[in-house]
Amino acid sequence: MKNQFKGETLSWELRDGVIELALHRDPCNEIGSQTLAELEKFASALDDLQSTAHALILYSTLKTGFCAGADLRELYHGAQGIGKEAAAHGVREFLERIHKVLNAIDSSPLTTIAALNGVTFGGGFELALVCDLIIADKMARFCFPELRLGLIPGFGGIPRLKRDLGNAVVRDLLLTGRSFNATKAQQVGLVSQVVGEGESLRAARGTATQLGKFDRSTAIAAKKFIKPIPYEELRQEIDLFCELFAQPAVEAGLKKFVESTDAQPYLP
Amino acid sequence: MTDSNKTLDEILNLAAAQFKVPREKLTPDDDFFKTLGIDSLQALDLLTRLEHHFNVELPDYELQGVSDFRTLAGRIQARL
Repeated sequence: MKNQFKGETLSWELRDGVIELALHRDPCNEIGSQTLAELEKFASALDDLQSTAHALILYSTLKTGFCAGADLRELYHGAQGIGKEAAAHGVREFLERIHKVLNAIDSSPLTTIAALNGVTFGGGFELALVCDLIIADKMARFCFPELRLGLIPGFGGIPRLKRDLGNAVVRDLLLTGRSFNATKAQQVGLVSQVVGEGESLRAARGTATQLGKFDRSTAIAAKKFIKPIPYEELRQEIDLFCELFAQPAVEAGLKKFVESTDAQPYLP
Repeated sequence: MTDSNKTLDEILNLAAAQFKVPREKLTPDDDFFKTLGIDSLQALDLLTRLEHHFNVELPDYELQGVSDFRTLAGRIQARL
């Protein structure tokens, strides 16, 4: 069993029944092929790790934020010169792989906690949404900016957000592309605790200690009962994303983003 | 001091403290991206601090194209 791992983009450690998965890829943990490969490594290790753990904490070591989402620069440059069909195939393969990882965390018998700070956008938001509890420091900020690219969130964001929140909030985030802060996220029921700046990991650790006091089999049964995985909608999301990705507006949107020097590059 | 001027003054104080710029170097019509030298992630940080400080919600698109402190103060004042 691999209780510790230190990769280029993330690391994990199992200690006292709690697995801590730390993201540490500059500038803001953008999820590209290397992060995906290391997340897959983590998902593979999870089967063994969770036999001796009760909780998992996801957090970022970077002050900029938890995760700014998919690595759009890698996506844009990777799609150049390989033809539309090959690019579409690559995107679908990436989505299938990331969904497999996120589904594994979502359905894990561990009680999972996202400890957030700063930017939690797009794929980063989607990563947080697989967790059972979200603890955010007051500087955390949430956004689904995908529509500016002519896309929808592709890492399971809509089905999972819809699982947790009212449809009106999902539409607001999705259709306006605006961001909101941790206080608002708590008001709408997304975040369970808002803590001071830089305090989310400490609060998550305290919560994880508390979780360890409950009988594991009861906690596992409770989670399974209350947290269904929306597999069918997740599958539909991949198909819709790939359908939209084939449209010319996406390449133009990606190009604009990659070349943007705007202060708000996530807005159209 | 009018409410608008008070809001403007508080923004200037907050920006100076957060980005470690002498307060006297900031003026209402400064382009804060240039004066503070902030990037897109820092702009989000500033937006969040302003929301907390004034206890308002500021949709990002309302601030699109806003780059000077005076206009920013006007947008915030409209939500107070």
